[in-house]
Amino acid sequence: METVNVKINGISIDVPKGSTILEAARLAHIEIPTLCYLKEINEIGACRICVVEVKGARSLVASCVYPVSDGMEIYTNTPKVLASRRKTLELILSNHDRKCLSCVRSGNCELQKLCRDLKVEDESTYDGLRTKYELDTSSAHMVRDNNKCILCRRCVAVCEKTQGVGVIGANERGFDTNIACAFDMGLGETSCVSCGQCIAVCPTGALYEKDNTDQVFAALNDPEKYVIVQTAPAVRAALGEEFGLPIGTNVQGKMVAALRRLGFDKVFDTDFAADLTIMEEANEFIDRVKNGGVLPLITSCSPGWIKYCEHYYPDLLDHLSSCKSPQQMFGAITKTYYAQKMGLDPKNIVMVSVMPCTAKKFEIGRDHQNAAGVPDVDIAITTRELARMIDRVGLNFLSLPDEEFDDPLGRSTGAAVIFGTTGGVMEAALRTAVETLTKEELPSPDFVEVRGTQGIKKATYHVAGMDINVAVASGLSNAKILMDEIRSGKANYHFIEIMGCPGGCVNGGGQPQQPGYVRNTVDIKALRAKALYDIDSSMTIRKSHENPAIKQLYDEFLGKPGSHKAHDILHTSYVKRTVNNY
Amino acid sequence: MYRSHVLVCGGTGCTSSGTPKILECLNEEINKAGLKNEVAVVQTGCHGLCALGPIVIVYPEATFYSMVKPEDVPEIVNEHLLKGRIVQRLVYDETKTEEGTVTSINETAFYKKQHRVALRNCGVINPENIDEYIATGGYEALGRVLTEYTPDQVIQMITDSGLRGRGGGGFPTGLKWKLARANEADQKYVCCNADEGDPGAFMDRSILEGDPHVVLEAMAIAGYAIGANQGYIYVRAEYPIAVKRLSIAIEQAREYGLLGKNIFGTGFDFDIELRLGAGAFVCGEETALMTSIEGNRGEPRPRPPFPAQKGLFGKPTLLNNVETYANIPQIILNGPEWFASMGTEKSKGTKVFALGGKINNTGLVEIPMGTTLREVVEEIGGGIPNGKKFKAAQTGGPSGGCIPAEHFDIPIDYDNLISIGSMMGSGGLIVMDEDNCMVDIAKFFLEFTVDESCGKCTPCRIGTKRLHEMLDKITQGQGTLEDIDKLEELCYYIKENSLCGLGQSAPNPVLSTIKYFRDEYVSHVVDKKCPAGVCKALLSYVIDPELCKGCTLCARICPNNAISGKVKEAHSIDQSKCVKCGACIEKCRFGAISKR
Amino acid sequence: MKSLEELRAIRANMQAQMGLRKEDGNQTRIVVGMATCGIASGARPVLVALSDAVQEKGLKNVTVTQTGCIGLCKYEPIVEVIEPGKEKVTYVKMTPEKALEVLEKHIIRGQIVKEYTISEMIG
Repeated sequence: METVNVKINGISIDVPKGSTILEAARLAHIEIPTLCYLKEINEIGACRICVVEVKGARSLVASCVYPVSDGMEIYTNTPKVLASRRKTLELILSNHDRKCLSCVRSGNCELQKLCRDLKVEDESTYDGLRTKYELDTSSAHMVRDNNKCILCRRCVAVCEKTQGVGVIGANERGFDTNIACAFDMGLGETSCVSCGQCIAVCPTGALYEKDNTDQVFAALNDPEKYVIVQTAPAVRAALGEEFGLPIGTNVQGKMVAALRRLGFDKVFDTDFAADLTIMEEANEFIDRVKNGGVLPLITSCSPGWIKYCEHYYPDLLDHLSSCKSPQQMFGAITKTYYAQKMGLDPKNIVMVSVMPCTAKKFEIGRDHQNAAGVPDVDIAITTRELARMIDRVGLNFLSLPDEEFDDPLGRSTGAAVIFGTTGGVMEAALRTAVETLTKEELPSPDFVEVRGTQGIKKATYHVAGMDINVAVASGLSNAKILMDEIRSGKANYHFIEIMGCPGGCVNGGGQPQQPGYVRNTVDIKALRAKALYDIDSSMTIRKSHENPAIKQLYDEFLGKPGSHKAHDILHTSYVKRTVNNY
Repeated sequence: MYRSHVLVCGGTGCTSSGTPKILECLNEEINKAGLKNEVAVVQTGCHGLCALGPIVIVYPEATFYSMVKPEDVPEIVNEHLLKGRIVQRLVYDETKTEEGTVTSINETAFYKKQHRVALRNCGVINPENIDEYIATGGYEALGRVLTEYTPDQVIQMITDSGLRGRGGGGFPTGLKWKLARANEADQKYVCCNADEGDPGAFMDRSILEGDPHVVLEAMAIAGYAIGANQGYIYVRAEYPIAVKRLSIAIEQAREYGLLGKNIFGTGFDFDIELRLGAGAFVCGEETALMTSIEGNRGEPRPRPPFPAQKGLFGKPTLLNNVETYANIPQIILNGPEWFASMGTEKSKGTKVFALGGKINNTGLVEIPMGTTLREVVEEIGGGIPNGKKFKAAQTGGPSGGCIPAEHFDIPIDYDNLISIGSMMGSGGLIVMDEDNCMVDIAKFFLEFTVDESCGKCTPCRIGTKRLHEMLDKITQGQGTLEDIDKLEELCYYIKENSLCGLGQSAPNPVLSTIKYFRDEYVSHVVDKKCPAGVCKALLSYVIDPELCKGCTLCARICPNNAISGKVKEAHSIDQSKCVKCGACIEKCRFGAISKR
Repeated sequence: MKSLEELRAIRANMQAQMGLRKEDGNQTRIVVGMATCGIASGARPVLVALSDAVQEKGLKNVTVTQTGCIGLCKYEPIVEVIEPGKEKVTYVKMTPEKALEVLEKHIIRGQIVKEYTISEMIG
């Protein structure tokens, strides 16, 4: 690799040509603080926290975007630099509501940490006019509080670039600049897909999910209610981060213990419904292949993706699997099969889901998601909300014992747990579909071609005398590439898995927020995904169709995959929406 | 063939003071007098003396009529055009000699010291007629460049001329072209920054309105020099006349094959498109301008990469402003030595300034670099009205600073202005007299910057707002000495930390006024007085009972009933009600009311 | 535009007309009396003929202009030729034809047309 020599704080170091000063400093063991910067997503040099002195430069330079050149002399911590960074923070604070004590991000706010690190002593130094904004609560899943917004524009960049949605941007200018939707519409009126990636990258408490924890506590405290919880695969791979554990730690056992101690009557696993999804979806796929149905078939587990498809590709809705998402299948089975089995009135069951996802809050309110005549799922909370509930009741999460899910809806397979990462649904489906088509046992259940964190993956498998072309996309701008191929008629895929969030659910909008400097240096989604693949490989049953509880469900209740009853309970429909219907 | 040409200024200034009506009357009266085939009426660009508009010049006598009204037109036609008798009462005073004859406008104080290179065709040709541009040597430079010189030779000529960017920074133009040429790419662009936004500056508008082809010709030359075949002119939509004339010029140039394919049969292709800006000051910043052309919110982006590396649509791009381009064809035709013979050691050629403020001759002047501020104000500008004293001149608009009287004899060029804390900017020059409060001036410019900040970076978005609030506090009489220090400290921070030139230069008006007029700031915070009598909160109007005759006029004129008193007895002003409008002072016949 | 020659042809043609707008102290001025008396006796055709001819012939440094009553009404139309550094020559009782003759002989060839001058006519 071509390198250049630079001096950082007097120490000479060779760094790759084309590095930014920020990257070069990191090689010299210096982490320059950043705020707006997100590698490859938001490289705009706007916040000015990362300024450094460069010998000969006219002014301070933003290290996040300034490329090094040979012989450059850089000073990252001169009095001028430190004073400038502090002033920048003081100015930000002068137009920030500073309600830290009641802020959902208190304790893991990047602004707060910077203020401490850079020794801001008086948050009121530059007090003056402060802009006051109404909260935007118009969407089902989140709140936008511009009173806490520092205009780093990470949310704008991730919405536009990563997700290809772009429903938020800067309105007005100068001091009045604010992040909003076009024409100041509410987010709920736009073609926002509810993915929550904006929340995931927000450094402050300006963006957060609608908190439903009080509703959960209310249900738990209602003696009339039978409160059942289900947890999505990706939650166990990330929840530990909220309690200081390394990224990618599997905390399934402690999570189950915590849920039980929170008072849930049953602690079940969405993984069960993931296996069920595979049964239905593999059946649907084989049916479409055999009977000349619409291909490629595209997965429907990700509600952000579904809403995106409805808004942006309403002409291609026929490609979507009619399967409900695992969350909804789980709720539907709970309130039909399980209620019947246990003699419970579905009206008295409160189905709570813990999801890595904010779009799930939108999804529970969709039409045709009420198999028992009541909503399949009553309350969807995020991984973060669960962590807050655990904190609220004073559970010492780290010292909890590892416990098992309840039977029967807590039983699942390795195929189900990898639903939480990009490629996982595809792999799980292939395990079942291939064995169904070939009627032979796979020599290995691993389909490594569809693993990995890259945005688009493609593979061709030779199965039962035919080539099956598959593709996997995560992140909606990647989905857009595949969808445009399909729309233009150029695609020859048979089966596509799409997840709304980059990397899949492990990196969902409801997962623990990691600060910019972690996101910029660590592949969070890969670490969390590894936790799920480790679970998969450690399990004895790794194929959905081999899940005994699933077999029992079909035997006792549904008949066979794709049956009339299965359709009634486990399948749904979609609506055509417009883009920016304003 | 016409025996007489009547030139009517169609610049924005004269247009707003009545040119369209004058034109209508002229054509009507000329028809009536049967002179239709003898006298041509030509609408031109700006002559520079905007304060005297509408301006009508009659050739061949070169009679300069000023402030012409529609009702004057019949007299001009019947007397001058028909009978050859100059209408003396309409002639600009400065062109009247003691002997009663009329001299050329070029002999007047306003024009004598001027040297019109960029403005040479403004007010002289019909900008909507490409033939008139060609008649004054237009497109000859392009023709020669394409047929006689290599691109490197062209760039060498520009380099040798010493031309520097006229838009503000003063970057050497030749070097800019060289850098743009050096970057290989499948596509390059030439852009023209016609998003003139400094308050009070309108030289670019004047060139676009008066001589649009010069910009097209220069851009084509630049395209040949750097290897680009597409140009964009980013012009603000608030310049409708400029937009119209540019559109006409582009059409005509295309018709003549001076834009388009295979220009002059040399195989060189070049075309130009207009892009209209919505009037954001920040879009004059090069990266914001390109972002805007690309169809995005006009916000600057970090540099490097510079436009010459990665500019418009990610391609190497050359960006110059209108006035810079207006010099190019003349440099080619007359040679770089000719251009370099004008000006100072490091600032060659001429510069156009927009004179405004407390000065008799407001308007546009083009002077050789190195002309002193005193010459500009006292000779060309005709001095300060009402015998008031020169206090300071503000150059460079909201990015510039104030030049106090102690630097009155400084030769104006890029480096001198920077050395005294101001800058050339685009060439706005606002003269201030003893009645201007320097804190108020700084506040005025800050208000502009606060309004025009794009809001992308923290220092500019919030910092300039806080600066403005601090200045406001001082003008309200609520400041402290510590506030002045805090103000200065914040200024230096904003300069060092802002993303683009707008923010980096926004504190200049504050810093330069503190530098030269610190005592005025101190008066505001310590004595709670505004020495110039501008800051209303620090003023009180008082009636001297000795002088007051009790005529009641002031009490009747006061809009807020703040003045009371019995007839023929001394009146007094209720300070709690007084809104400091000054109406009473104007009305008092006895000089009994004063501001303190 | 296929060549520089083409451009230069347009320029040459146009420059003649634009010469009217020259402001140069070294120009030869042809002044036609255009007061009521002059106009009544036919000054306008004279003025137009001169103006057109100067432009047609592309005479540089020559302007045709007009003035009011010179005070010799019975000799109108009067045409004065003022060359830089030379004494003014006044032609009287001009017609378009005579004026063109003056232009040809006096302005172009430098020979004063004595028989039309005021000194000949009055003297």
